[in-house]
Amino acid sequence: MERRHIQCDRDKCTGCMICEFACSAANEGRFDLELSRIRVLQATPPLMDVVACRFCRNTPCINECPRGALSLDEATQTIRLDKARCAGCGWCLEACPFGAIAIDESTKTVIMCNLCPHHDQPQCIKFCPRKALSLHVSARVKD
Amino acid sequence: MNSYSGKYLVVDLTSQKTEVRELPEHLLRGYLGGVGLGTRLLLEWSRPSADALRPENPIVFACGGLSGTMAPASACHAVVTKSPLTGFLTSSVSSGLWSLALKRTGFDAVVITGAASSPVYLFIDDGQVHFRKADSLAGKSCPETEAAIRRESGDSRVQVASIGPAGESLVRFATTKDGHRLPHRGGAGAVMGSKKLKAIAVRGTRPISVPDIGGMQKACADLNARLHQSAASSSGLAPGTCLLPGSGRCSLPARNYQQSIAEGTGSLAAECAKREYLLKVIACPTCPIACQHVYRVTDDPHSDEQVVLEKEALAALGPLCGMYHLPVILRAIELCQFYGLDPVSAGVSVAWAMECFDRGLLSSKDTQGLDLSFGSADGVVETIRKIGQRSSVGDLLAEGVKRASAKIGQGAENWAMHVKGLEIAGCDPRAENSLALSLAVGLWPPTLNGSAASSSGIKDEEDLAAAADSIGICPQARRYFRDFPAEAARLYALATGVPIEPAELCEAGERINNLHRFFNIREGWKQPDDWLPPRLFKDPVESGAVVSEKDLKAAIDGYYRQRGWTAEGLVPAEKLKALGMDDIQEMLKGNWHGTPPHTV
Repeated sequence: MERRHIQCDRDKCTGCMICEFACSAANEGRFDLELSRIRVLQATPPLMDVVACRFCRNTPCINECPRGALSLDEATQTIRLDKARCAGCGWCLEACPFGAIAIDESTKTVIMCNLCPHHDQPQCIKFCPRKALSLHVSARVKD
Repeated sequence: MNSYSGKYLVVDLTSQKTEVRELPEHLLRGYLGGVGLGTRLLLEWSRPSADALRPENPIVFACGGLSGTMAPASACHAVVTKSPLTGFLTSSVSSGLWSLALKRTGFDAVVITGAASSPVYLFIDDGQVHFRKADSLAGKSCPETEAAIRRESGDSRVQVASIGPAGESLVRFATTKDGHRLPHRGGAGAVMGSKKLKAIAVRGTRPISVPDIGGMQKACADLNARLHQSAASSSGLAPGTCLLPGSGRCSLPARNYQQSIAEGTGSLAAECAKREYLLKVIACPTCPIACQHVYRVTDDPHSDEQVVLEKEALAALGPLCGMYHLPVILRAIELCQFYGLDPVSAGVSVAWAMECFDRGLLSSKDTQGLDLSFGSADGVVETIRKIGQRSSVGDLLAEGVKRASAKIGQGAENWAMHVKGLEIAGCDPRAENSLALSLAVGLWPPTLNGSAASSSGIKDEEDLAAAADSIGICPQARRYFRDFPAEAARLYALATGVPIEPAELCEAGERINNLHRFFNIREGWKQPDDWLPPRLFKDPVESGAVVSEKDLKAAIDGYYRQRGWTAEGLVPAEKLKALGMDDIQEMLKGNWHGTPPHTV
C-alpha cells in the first residue's frame, strides 16, 4: 500500500481555516477547532501552510509511545490509536517532527489525521474552496 | 444546541466586577447578533446624553449570529458604542481570529462599562475574566501590545484587540486593532482609551454545535464554490481597482474633494498590483473569497513590515491628499496601524489640513516647518505621526475635521468633509447623485466596495446591510451572494435550528435600523444632521455637477416617508410597535427590568 498524506499548495492557501472546520465537523460532529486534526499555520501572514500527520516512514510517534497505544495500520498506512492505552502523556507530541499531533483535553487522548476513513475522501480536501489541499501519494519503502 | 450561547458578559471596569446575563431567545431572534444585538445592548446599558468619552458610555463587542460556524465569511464581530466624533451611534464590523475566539469563549456579546483608575487589559479566558495591569503597556503600539500580551500568556491561541497610543490620548478617530485590518470607524479606540482599557485578550476554545451539521456543511460548500467563483471573475477585490474608471465607481475625490476625478491614478493602480509590494492575498476564517491584500511597506525584500491595504484607506490617504506614490501611502497606513488610527478619518483630516495650509489658514509655524501642501510625502506621513502623538498640528486634527474647523474658523468649515462629524471619503455624490441620500442619512454610508443603491431601493439596501452585519456575514462577501435574504435565512436556520423566512430577516434589519435611529434621536439628533458638507453643494466638479439641495431635500423627505418616520425624521411610537419594539419606550423611562442596568 502506498503512503498518503495531506499536502498544501502554499500559493493557493489563503489561511481561511475551512479545512479545520470541516475536519472537526467530520470527526467530532461539531465545529470545534481545538479538535481539528489539521492546522493552518499563519505565524507570518504571507506564509500560509497546513500541518497534518505525514505518516512518516520511521514513525517516531509510535516509537516513543511508552504504552504502545500507537501502531501502524498496514491496510490504510495510517497511525492507529488504541484509546484505552493512551494516557495523554504527550510523548508522541514531543516526538512528532511536524507538530501534527494534538491532545483532546476532554478525553486526555491524542488526536491526529486519519485521512477520514469513513468518508469518500479527506474532508479538508473536499471543502477547501481554493483547491489548495490534495493527497500526496508516495510508495512506502520497506525497511 | 445552536450557534448562540445565549449569554453575554458585562464588565464594569470601575469596580472590576463582572456578571454573566442571559440573552432571551426573542432578543437573539429579533436582533440576530452583531450590530443588531450590540445596538440593543448599548441602548440598554447607556444613559441618555452621556458623553462618549465618559465612563457612562458603554462599548459593546457582539459576535455575529453565524460566527463560529462554517458559514461563509461569518467570523465577524461588531463594535457598537456612542461615537466621540459624532455623538451618535457608531457600529462597525470586523472579522478575523479575534472574532472567532470571542465567540468561542461562550459569550455572544461583551458589554464594557465604567472606567479603570489605571491602565488595565481584560483577559477573557473561556468563561473566566481577569483584569490585568497594563501599566507596562502604556504608550505601546498595537502590534507591540499584542506581542507583549501573547508573550505574557504564553499561548499562541490568545487573540488580542488593542488600542495604540492614539486611543490612549483620546484621538477622536482612534480605532481598535483586532486582526490584520483597521476597520472600526467612529472612534471606538478613543472610547476604550477613556476607560483606560488597553486591550481585550481572548482565548476561546469552546466548540460550536449546530443542529444539522451535515446540512450546514453541504450548504456552505455549495455557497463557497459559488462565492469563490463569482469573486474570482469579478476582479473588483484588489484595492487598486477603485482607482480605475469603470470599476463601478466613476469618481474618486482628490485633493480634499476639490477634484472629483483623480489624475494619475493609473500609475498608482499599476503600483498596487506590483509584486514588489503585494505579498499575498489572505482570507479571514471561513471566507472563500479572500480579500485582504497584504503589502510590504517598503520595497526592501528583507523588510518584514506589512500592512493590509483597504480601498477606503487607499482613497483617503492617496488621491484625497494628492498623493499618488504607493510606498508613502503604505507607510502612512503602517503608522495608522502603529498608533491605532482609523486611516480613513486620518486621511480626510490630513487633506483638510493641506487645504488650510494652501489657503494660508495654517502657517508653517503651526506645522513646525512641515510642508503640508497637497502631494507632500512628508506632509502625509509626518502629520499622521503628529496626530498619533497629539503634537503641534496633530493635536488640532486629532479632534476630527468638524471640531478642528470650528476651532480655527475663517471658513474652514466649508471644506471640512464630514457628515455628522464622521469624515467621508472614497465616494463623490456630485458625480454620482444616487450616493447623496445614503451618505447624508448615514445609517449605512456607501463604501467603495458596495454597489450604489438606487434611491428607491436604499431602504431595502440598508435593511439588508443591517441584517448581514448582525448575522455576521462580511459586507465584502455579501455582494457575491445571489439571493442574500434567502441564502442567509437558510444558513441561519441550519445554524440555530430556528426556521426563519427571508422576509423576517429583512424585517430584523429594519428593526435594527430603526433602533439605530432611535438611539441617535435620544442622543439629540436633529433634522439638519442629515445633510452633506457645504462643498458638495457649492464647488462643482470638472463636469460642472454639484449636489442639488432641492433634490436632496426631496430625496430625504421621500426616504423618511418610506421608512414610516415623521416628516422631521423621528421614529413614531406606532413604528416601534409595528416592529415589535414596545419595550424600548419603557427602557427610555429608566424602568428597565425594574433595576438600574448601569450597575453590575
